[in-house]
Amino acid sequence: MPSNAVQSPPVLSIRGISKRFGDIEANRDISLTLSAGEVLALLGENGAGKTTLMSILFGHYVADAGSIQVNGRPLPPGSPAAAIGAGIGMVHQHFTLADNLSVLDNVVLGTERLWSPLQRRRKARDRLSALADRFGLTIDPDARIGDLSVGERQRVELLKALYRDARILILDEPTAVLTPQEAEALFQTLAEMVSNGLSIIFISHKLNEVLAIAQRIAVLRHGSVVGEYDRAETSRTELATAMVGRAVASPNRTRMQAGKPILELRAVDLWHNNSRLRQASLTVHQHEVLGIAGVSGNGQTALADLVSGLCVPETGELVVLGRPRGGHTPARMVAAGVGRIPEDRHKAGVVHEMTVSENLVLESYRHPEFSHFGWLRAGRILEHARELMERYDVRGAGPDTRTRSLSGGNMQKLILARVLSRRPPLVLACQPTRGLDVGATAYVHQQILDARGRGSGILLISEDLDELLTLSDRIMVIYQGELSAAVPAEQADRAQLGLLMSGQRTTGQSSGSDHAA
Amino acid sequence: MFVSVGFWAATVRMATPLIFGTIGELICERAGVLNLGIEGIMTFGAMIAWMWVYQGGDLWTAVAVAAGCGAAWGLLHAIFSVYLGLSQHVTGIGITLLASSLSYFSFRLLLPDVSTPPKIQPFESIAIPGLSEIPVLGEALFTQTALTYLALATVPLCWYVLYRTPLGLAVRMVGENPMAAASQGLDVLAIRAGAVCTGSALMSMGGAFLTISVFDAFYFEMINGRGWICIALVIFASWRPGKALFGALLFAAFDALQIRVQQASSTLIPYQFFLMLPYVLSIVALIIMSRKAAYPKALLVPFRRGER
Repeated sequence: MPSNAVQSPPVLSIRGISKRFGDIEANRDISLTLSAGEVLALLGENGAGKTTLMSILFGHYVADAGSIQVNGRPLPPGSPAAAIGAGIGMVHQHFTLADNLSVLDNVVLGTERLWSPLQRRRKARDRLSALADRFGLTIDPDARIGDLSVGERQRVELLKALYRDARILILDEPTAVLTPQEAEALFQTLAEMVSNGLSIIFISHKLNEVLAIAQRIAVLRHGSVVGEYDRAETSRTELATAMVGRAVASPNRTRMQAGKPILELRAVDLWHNNSRLRQASLTVHQHEVLGIAGVSGNGQTALADLVSGLCVPETGELVVLGRPRGGHTPARMVAAGVGRIPEDRHKAGVVHEMTVSENLVLESYRHPEFSHFGWLRAGRILEHARELMERYDVRGAGPDTRTRSLSGGNMQKLILARVLSRRPPLVLACQPTRGLDVGATAYVHQQILDARGRGSGILLISEDLDELLTLSDRIMVIYQGELSAAVPAEQADRAQLGLLMSGQRTTGQSSGSDHAA
Repeated sequence: MFVSVGFWAATVRMATPLIFGTIGELICERAGVLNLGIEGIMTFGAMIAWMWVYQGGDLWTAVAVAAGCGAAWGLLHAIFSVYLGLSQHVTGIGITLLASSLSYFSFRLLLPDVSTPPKIQPFESIAIPGLSEIPVLGEALFTQTALTYLALATVPLCWYVLYRTPLGLAVRMVGENPMAAASQGLDVLAIRAGAVCTGSALMSMGGAFLTISVFDAFYFEMINGRGWICIALVIFASWRPGKALFGALLFAAFDALQIRVQQASSTLIPYQFFLMLPYVLSIVALIIMSRKAAYPKALLVPFRRGER
């Protein structure tokens, strides 16, 4: 369904781009056009090929086939300098800023002649402030990048592109790291840019955002464009189906009566791995999912490590299943009934170089079922792996496959199998669906709700508000190590949570604990 | 002892090869490449400069030849560590082994059966008029050889280039976040290779200083770990040129002190103890100074284009 609404000649046309990485066909014969003053959204799941396409456009990769034209002129492949020269600016998902350098340094880099004996700093500073004023991107040019918040860093990325007179702006998952309010501010800035004649390609996998900002939406699946839609003529359901390739059922959360407390934190103070908890109190009950919302880096690490047994409270108390815990170790916490789904599945979830069956017994290899007198029972471990892989639908591997070759979704299923098959009374789930596609996400969500149905209490730490609102019974917001009061999910709204995530307290709430569930 | 001109003059003299080496290593590391080839490159610089003069060459041309050879070793390092993205540790150690062995081999090839190394006419010290008449400090600082003045001049020059020019910003950026530099249209690999070549040229000049300025001959093992000390000094200096100069002078002062204490002391304490002294003190200083050092974020991380 190509759009006929836009009449002006395209500023950018992409024709027949294909790119392979080994066996994976990341882009297959993709053609797209972009008109002046238009916002084109590129919608697709993780791994659909959105970022690859844009990296080809910006010259980070060279396409195997196809061509790109900017304002009617062919763009030389494989050269970011040429792309910048043609007026393309890119804001990467993972910011490309140097933490130890100043804002101004990061912006002017590459704009001056390399062999010039001096820098024209005053002119650069004036130009930067003028741009900042024009687009409402306030920033201190001398601030060190490392001291800025994520939202401010994104402003620097935008300014970098504007400073180089970008006319076509590519934004790769720009809202992934922002609070709802910061995202709102970003959308206003983008609207301002469009009214100044800039064209924008907006990469996202979030339907709401895409419908809010784009005029046209191109959906990518498995490396190909499966459809182009006009915002006015499409719907959420249509886009979701195009993106996933089939209809996706959202998990169903039934009401449940919360049982006795499983995990309690009482006024815990903690400083661990550059992450802080201040007077943190919370309670997780049986049959309950307690969601912890917050922008990353606000104490989530300390909270997760505390519950995993990697650190101990400096003051305050940690009570698991009615027994106070102090001086514990991760192994003891596992034995006490904590199931841990770690944030970084590659580093803290599995051992890449070990096989699937070995990874499945990492937390229970000392159990008599798997070892006798210090000898591992290989046959039993293999059988266990076959059974769990079947039950938890781990695909693309056998029990003897090295775990590193598993896809993100299958690796997460392996971790779920290891953790949930033991039926732990408490499940600690940190960012359980980060980087997973829609299908795998739905599977993880269903497994978490099933565990809740069996009577587990679940502490869900996530940055994804949709996920929290879908799964949680109650939601608390963590900001700079402090937990807000718990809000029942039915009464929580995104705006209010967003305010709490950016540190603004709503009136009438104390940071005390709310145990009524 | 601390008011003696001899002590301070010796300190500045002994610091010279360390200043060249440390600034050279600092430039490499600022661009994100650890150059463990430094010990070998200094040895080669010492050998080639001496050989050039011994064969009838001019002293200044010898310095240029040493710098050129150093840059060539740097290019070899960069081909492996930058363009091919191989391990910087293995590349560096390999270059140290190859360059020092090649130096000894060439020396033996030229002089197969000489037991005492032949001498050359080294650089003579130049007293700067006026400044060298300031008591103690002036006499120590300004009656040195030309290469020492050159070493002292590289420090502010390196600082200016790194912090006040677009090129320096590019060098720092490829050492902090090469992807950021690449997405601003800079050629990360060329900048890194250039920095390694420049740094290696300076290291080689540090080696040359030993044979054609301090001593007048080439000995085996004459670099004697100075290259490794430079690597420690870069950390000590938190990758800053000014602190690097301070560190080099400090270490040289310990070394000069060691020689004097060793000469003055009785046989009661073994002389090896004094030999050890500068190294022990530099380890202590290193621990104190480098605890909160902000190292270049992309140090040791190879940059490969078009990879995901």
